[in-house]
Amino acid sequence: MTNSFGEFANAKLFLCIGTNMTEAHPVASTFLKNAVRKGAKLIVVDPRKQPLVDFADIHCQIKVGSDIAFLNGLMNVLITENLYDKDFVENKCDNFDAFKAKVLEYPVERAAEISGVSAEQIREVARLLATVKPAMLCYTLGITEHTTGKDNVMSTANLQLLLGNMGMPSAGVNPLRGQNNVQGACDMGALPNVFPGYQKVIDAPMRDKFSKAWNVDKLPDQNGLMMPQMMEGLVDKKIRALYIFGENLANTEPDIRKVEHELASAEFLVCQDIFPTETTRFAHVVFPAAAWSEDDGTFSSSERRVNRVRKVKTPPGDAKPNWWIFKELAKRMGHDWASNGAQEIWDNEVSVLAPALGGIKYSRIEKDGLQWPCPTLEHPGTEFLHRDGIFTHGKGIFNPVDWAPPAEVPDKEYPFVLSTGRRLYHYHTRTQTGRAGMNQLLSEETADISQADAQKLGIKHGEYVKVRSRRGEVKVKAKVTEQVPPGMVWMAFHFRDGCANWLTNAVYDPVTFTAEYKACAVALERA
Amino acid sequence: MRITINGMACEAGEGQTVLQAARANGIYIPSLCYHDKTGVAGKCRVCVAEVKDMRGLQATCALPAREGMEVVTNSETVLQAQRMVVDLLLSTGKHDCIACEQNGMCELQDAAYYLHIERPGLQYADVEPDIDSSSAFVYVDRSKCVSCGRCVAGCNDVVVNEVLDFGRRGHGTSIVFNADQAMGESTCVQCGECVQLCPVGALTEKKSMGKARSWETHKVRTTCPYCGVGCQLDLHVKGEQIVRVTGVEDGSPNKGRLCVKGRFGYDFIYSGDRLTTPLIKENGEFREASWDEALDLVAGKFKQIIAESGPDTIGGVSCARSINEDSYQMQKLFRAVIGTNNIDHCART
Ligand code: SF4
Ligand code: SF4
Ligand code: SF4
Ligand code: FES
Repeated sequence: MTNSFGEFANAKLFLCIGTNMTEAHPVASTFLKNAVRKGAKLIVVDPRKQPLVDFADIHCQIKVGSDIAFLNGLMNVLITENLYDKDFVENKCDNFDAFKAKVLEYPVERAAEISGVSAEQIREVARLLATVKPAMLCYTLGITEHTTGKDNVMSTANLQLLLGNMGMPSAGVNPLRGQNNVQGACDMGALPNVFPGYQKVIDAPMRDKFSKAWNVDKLPDQNGLMMPQMMEGLVDKKIRALYIFGENLANTEPDIRKVEHELASAEFLVCQDIFPTETTRFAHVVFPAAAWSEDDGTFSSSERRVNRVRKVKTPPGDAKPNWWIFKELAKRMGHDWASNGAQEIWDNEVSVLAPALGGIKYSRIEKDGLQWPCPTLEHPGTEFLHRDGIFTHGKGIFNPVDWAPPAEVPDKEYPFVLSTGRRLYHYHTRTQTGRAGMNQLLSEETADISQADAQKLGIKHGEYVKVRSRRGEVKVKAKVTEQVPPGMVWMAFHFRDGCANWLTNAVYDPVTFTAEYKACAVALERA
Repeated sequence: MRITINGMACEAGEGQTVLQAARANGIYIPSLCYHDKTGVAGKCRVCVAEVKDMRGLQATCALPAREGMEVVTNSETVLQAQRMVVDLLLSTGKHDCIACEQNGMCELQDAAYYLHIERPGLQYADVEPDIDSSSAFVYVDRSKCVSCGRCVAGCNDVVVNEVLDFGRRGHGTSIVFNADQAMGESTCVQCGECVQLCPVGALTEKKSMGKARSWETHKVRTTCPYCGVGCQLDLHVKGEQIVRVTGVEDGSPNKGRLCVKGRFGYDFIYSGDRLTTPLIKENGEFREASWDEALDLVAGKFKQIIAESGPDTIGGVSCARSINEDSYQMQKLFRAVIGTNNIDHCART
């Protein structure tokens, strides 16, 4: 997030696109609702009439996977009606002309046709955005989990640049990160192209810096593979060994049959986890790990805040802290690492090596965490990025992007769009929530469908249905709900039985390799 | 500004009420319906005091402090008035503290203790417990409710879930869920905000029942393990057992609020399903192994693969749920020890 949750309170306008905040980030949604009660405007762009819609001034019920067309149409109005922030665009941004030319290819009627949102409503949204400033744009995986995910993200940034909604409180582009520490795992360099603190592995000076710090002669100079590439590599043997820490890929990745084939093909698979999972079944070696509350450490939240996590119990049996397991492996491969424990790792390594984290030490985050960038020990942390419109590369850069449909769209044989997400009462594959009593609140997967489709197909609420895609088939109960528009089936991936990922399409954004969980084609019938 | 409370000079901040100033100066005034988060309700009248040059008793929770104000909270008149209210509340409810989850952190109990009310002076017909245990995680006992309204304000104005209200007018007002449904049947999302706000034992956590007396626990601040909001939690711990989770009221970003997962989703760590020993697969079956054996095997296999086909034939997927330091260690292992940048995590989900 460029901005912070604390700024929700004083926001004047929210544009929420592809974020089911009430269920996926419940506490964030409470602050948003408080602001709306105080008079803030709320525009929700979502194919579903999800819970935020009850609080919205405008709901743009967009078709799945039409985000760029919609946003370009919106920006077309802003430009053609001269409603954008000319001062900000001229002085703080680059590449406006190319971007403008692209946006002009999306007259509002074309945007309306693709997105299913009326031209009138697109104009209404544009005019509202032009009059109430600043606006906070929030998104979640509804934007990223598409084959056009990266372009979708750029499109949201284009909009905020065009409106000048950057570099001030209660503004910005705010992706609400899904998992508790997905921000942190990125910050730590658990990515194939960057060291901790987003320092590029292809930059020789960075490699020098890290090889000195880590006491090695050299470090690999090519970007590595992303997870889906590694998985595919298991089959063609480009990857001979895979080490999976904590992730339950067999349920979370699209097209379970494909994923399991890949896992089963592994020559050598190591899993490190707190529970046996569908994924650990395929392992050759399993390491038992300490869980949350069994080790001290830090998580970094969506708002770039480094928060303390504390130990209150010892791990069961022989389970060990994860850092210890990695350290022991390094030792057995000839490397003696000095740090013992999370505090030493953070204070003596992470915050020394990552400039944006340089001022964050355990002694400073006993209570509230600090938000990076926080380069020095005196620095108070950064609530919002790009203050006064000053960007990392000097100016904000417009990126012209084109709309493209999802890789698989409904046809005669598979006439419904399947879109997926999370539900309030569970988290991912329930390895945790399923063992914390949450099954009382939600005990099985459902296929959420519209009243209209239910009627047409003679399906009653609570009845079993078969949902089928080119990849698989599941039998689940139908949940007939006004949340879902006709033509859509909506499911989650919390339960192995009826998991949406038996059906989802393993196609990826070509740059980020994010899978298209939000759109594939399915058939629906009574079971 | 300066005010005096019971003859003691106290500093009061701009906009502070007398109750807030008293608390800030370590002076206890019993109170029930006021909470920083839900604000002034002015309902319970437990917080009254005498103020020089003002007629009658004043509810301190609603009284803005003014320069030079002279407040008395310990006169017999004040204590008598407070005792009346608390006595009435004790008599009209089923306040048998012995096994109440709130025992030791109950604001009614604190008031009664302060006012030396050993047993209610007023004798009412025995009140029956009025239990609703229909929801997954919250235990409701209406016979302990003092109608302070904090839960109602919390549910509607803080978390805006709009479930709770006062209803059942006629035979005594009571809190109701939607149109007086059982909690478990209502639209309640079990966020537990109402539980955290309830001053008494009317709304308590089912998971905590019988686990520990409040004074046996200590609080450990931590961060929620679920979503990316990063809510701050206090774990209430007895020995190695988490018995309750509350939101840190002054913590950022959540200011005491939590969702159902953060508040009630903590006990998976105690599950009997946990992996407790390294496992090595032999002939398709897992067998238990020592750390030395398992680590040697993995290190050996990695070394062999690196020697045979280079480090780029090994890949690693880190964990977006574990701590930063673990991800740091893993990428360091891959880059500095194995010698590949094939390290990733599910950044994309
Ligand atoms: S648990 Fe949350 S939603 Fe349910 S009644 Fe209490 S405050 Fe309202
Ligand atoms: S249930 Fe608790 S918080 Fe709600 S009105 Fe009764 S005493 Fe107050
Ligand atoms: S309490 Fe709920 S909203 Fe807060 S971090 Fe945990 S899962 Fe997210
Ligand atoms: S706390 Fe003042 S009236 Fe209740």
